[in-house]
Amino acid sequence: MISNYLGRETWLHRMPAGAKLAALAILSVVILPVDDWRALVAALAGVVLLYASLGKEAFKRLAMIRSFAVLLAIIAALHLLAGTWQEAVAAVARLVMMILLADLVSMTTTMQAMMAALTPVLTLLRPFGLNPRKLSLAVSLAIRFIPVLSANWEARSEAWRARTGRRPSFRLLGPFIADTFRIADHVAEALDARGVARSRRGGREWG
Amino acid sequence: MGLRDLALIVLFAAIIAALGWVPKVDLPFAAGVPITAQSMGVTLAGVMLGARRGALAAALFVLLLLFGAPLLAGGRGGLEVFAGPTAGFILGFIPAAFVSGYLFDRWSLRLGMFGAAFLASVVGGYVLLNLIGIPVLMAVNGTGLDEAAVTALSLLPGGLLKALATGVVSYVTRPDKVAGTEAGV
Repeated sequence: MISNYLGRETWLHRMPAGAKLAALAILSVVILPVDDWRALVAALAGVVLLYASLGKEAFKRLAMIRSFAVLLAIIAALHLLAGTWQEAVAAVARLVMMILLADLVSMTTTMQAMMAALTPVLTLLRPFGLNPRKLSLAVSLAIRFIPVLSANWEARSEAWRARTGRRPSFRLLGPFIADTFRIADHVAEALDARGVARSRRGGREWG
Repeated sequence: MGLRDLALIVLFAAIIAALGWVPKVDLPFAAGVPITAQSMGVTLAGVMLGARRGALAAALFVLLLLFGAPLLAGGRGGLEVFAGPTAGFILGFIPAAFVSGYLFDRWSLRLGMFGAAFLASVVGGYVLLNLIGIPVLMAVNGTGLDEAAVTALSLLPGGLLKALATGVVSYVTRPDKVAGTEAGV
């Protein structure tokens, strides 16, 4: 599974995921009401230093902000049209900082650690019929099936190209969705065969 | 909730994710909101699986993003998505799937598969999604109503096209026959 996780261990990797998430939440609350552009630019410089403290690979990840370039340019332009350049700088600096801070957490926390940290929060949803065990099964199954469905779609597109010589059209969506229902039956059977449904004291349903 | 329901929710969450491979279209005047096939996957989940299972599929997709999987069109994902200006659109996926599914179920007998799926997708996937996404966008970017209207209008052709595709897919696959009843979910 591709992810933006940073392979090489840094000091931030060793921090518990829950602490990182809490810090992120607190920082967001602190940063959002700040309007002074000098304070925001200084804080942004601090975040960049934080990236630098994690080594060269982490510092290179700063380039990912480029995927937000169009958006940031539009925000800056709107603020320049409607207000002052100070407002434009403040708005862009605030947004860049929030994105970089959030990415810092994703970059140094494995998916398992993130799930483990968020599970207590999700357990609060239990009265609404959410079962944490079912949830973790669903998450791992979904990750497993994303490449399977992509491969299924690719195979259909290739067959379509071979038959027609044209680009795949949305007409492939119908049979693709129908096939997904067929796969769902197999998955349900496979889970049943592995005793997933009977894991709760003999009951077939596990809601 | 039975195992087949679980399998369907998982697979439709995976379909929404897989639709992220379809290249996104960035319009210059849509304030940075990309047109992606993923919002079509969301209405498709609602129409095909019904309101509750569809919303759960969308919620599972959002959860995968939250855990750090880079599944959005353009390879984005992780917490930074929820800190960015398009956060409202992402979280809006869940009610969008629910409303599309609910309206489809109410309308499918009267309007037929295509008409019900098309209209349900317009209401859930375009009207509702923008009603949630654009205010968040305005709040984060600090822009006014004019820009909001331009954004909504520029997303309209893509929205209609996606609703049309959802309509055609429902017409060929007959969700009332294949998906089974939602009772007891």
